[in-house]
Amino acid sequence: MKIAIASGKGGTGKTTIATNLALTLADKGKKIQLLDCDVEEPNCHIFLKPEIESTAPATVLMPKVIEEECTGCGICAEVCEYSAIAVIKGKVLIFPELCHGCGACKMFCPEDAFIEVPREVGVIEEGKTNGIRFVHGLLNIGELMSPAVIDGVKKAAGEQDILIIDSPPGTSCPVIAAVKDAEFVLLVTEPTPFGLNDLELAVGMVRELNIPFAVAINRSDVGNEDVKKYCKREEIEIILEIPDDRRIAEAYSRGEMVIHALPEYKKTFETCWEKITDLYQNALHTEQQEKAATES
Amino acid sequence: MLSIQNNRKKQQRKVNIMKEIVVISGKGGTGKTSIVAAFAAIAGKKVLADCDVDAADLHLVLNPRIEHREDFSGGKKAKILEDKCISCDRCIEECRFDAIHYPVLGNGKTADTPYINPIFCEGCGVCVRVCPVEAISFEPAVNGAWYTSSTNYGPMVHAKLGMAEGNSGKLVTLIRQKARDIAGRDNLDYIIIDGSPGIGCPVIASITGSDLVLVVTEPTLSGQHDLLRVAQLTAHFRIPTIVCVNKWDLNADITEQIEGEAKERGVQAAGRIRYDPAITEAQIMKTSIVEYTDGAVSDDIKAVWQNVLHALA
Repeated sequence: MKIAIASGKGGTGKTTIATNLALTLADKGKKIQLLDCDVEEPNCHIFLKPEIESTAPATVLMPKVIEEECTGCGICAEVCEYSAIAVIKGKVLIFPELCHGCGACKMFCPEDAFIEVPREVGVIEEGKTNGIRFVHGLLNIGELMSPAVIDGVKKAAGEQDILIIDSPPGTSCPVIAAVKDAEFVLLVTEPTPFGLNDLELAVGMVRELNIPFAVAINRSDVGNEDVKKYCKREEIEIILEIPDDRRIAEAYSRGEMVIHALPEYKKTFETCWEKITDLYQNALHTEQQEKAATES
Repeated sequence: MLSIQNNRKKQQRKVNIMKEIVVISGKGGTGKTSIVAAFAAIAGKKVLADCDVDAADLHLVLNPRIEHREDFSGGKKAKILEDKCISCDRCIEECRFDAIHYPVLGNGKTADTPYINPIFCEGCGVCVRVCPVEAISFEPAVNGAWYTSSTNYGPMVHAKLGMAEGNSGKLVTLIRQKARDIAGRDNLDYIIIDGSPGIGCPVIASITGSDLVLVVTEPTLSGQHDLLRVAQLTAHFRIPTIVCVNKWDLNADITEQIEGEAKERGVQAAGRIRYDPAITEAQIMKTSIVEYTDGAVSDDIKAVWQNVLHALA
């Protein structure tokens, strides 16, 4: 099963939940894999302290011109929708940061003057920690293509019973890349106006992607009741609430796991997992029923 | 002659004095928007720009009155015309983004014509060009809107990106341009930009060519780690950068480490802001912290703004 931990707003506790959930399940003997897909600012390694066993570049395919073959006709620049190619005085100029790697220039070059070469945009690191298989990615400084690095993290994933994905914040392309193939999404928020506004955006996103989801509320006793009212109105289940406990904040600041610093929270994450599997089974069941209904 | 030229230069400088300040954080949820809202109440003649287009929140505090709205198109999207499609699958074979599939219908059967999922379509146009029967349309897609508004603190430019849309970098660039236009038109001194978390596309689009980056971080190992990556990014683009530690008293040791490491990288400390639940209370009251309380936390933020001005001078 693949589950993504996501949120519209940053700093709501995605990493805390992803890492503590992973360790809780690993301690129970489950085969767990954690993918840190926040490749711009990955933090899971700070808490899980994995031993990195292998490192590989994350690459995108980038076009390269074979100058002897090029006639400077300019078709490559015409077909590039991203303005990543310009042809000036018969010479092809490529702007690597703008290239999306769609392959149009190579495909439509009448002289077959393009080859594609991998260009490194980040790094993928794999390792192990406390029985958890760990993969994360790091976008190179100054690069734009976070989704390419996220895809690299996903490709490095092995076969495990449970795959937990820690997503970047927001609702745009890197988040889509992180959650698109998840079977369940846990949306983390906090009970404040910013938390609610960004939760609504994230709910819109997972509904668009048609993935079953539920909500976790962090620092659940600060702020106001509006997030709960919203979830009730929208019939969204709240399956985890973590109080505003200064001891959690302090453990977090030192890079410690909540379930190590405060073992009483282990039960909280166990219950959360039970609710996730229940909701997931329900969603599967409903889908099958709907299918059966339309067939008959 | 020389003096006339000098005068002219002086005049130009007077017109072009406007400074662009971008507030970013690396790590999310460190307090960027609350601090920008406070700056809105403190700073003199300015325009505000919310460039966190993915999850814009500044409007929740500044209550903008929208004066102008325009659609935003981040690029084109391909769409299959069912009546023309001959299901040859050429588009599916050539799409590098795996955006084209035969959808499974409610009855478990597969559709006769493929479908391009707009969420995964990157608008490269390859399918349009390889289709032998011109069965794919390719039109600019509306994927958001941007607004110019008035607030009690001055003009504001903001936006709303559609659900699950990409191209946030392009929208950020557009918002910055509109904010510059307003600053030029109204002869304003500052453009204050609320940025997004991370170090990728929208962040790069909001900082390139600005006058100063203020990084807001928190005294945690995550905040420390993320600040280093942000500092590398601003160094890469050679943008002067200062850092303030929010909720610094949650861990005084890490605060000192952060400030020390930042200094080694040429990033000066812009002050510390203490932890105060009043920040959340102000957010709920839809007002800035400096208007909500005269407490010490407001003095902390006023001191940070003075350091911003000092760094700009």
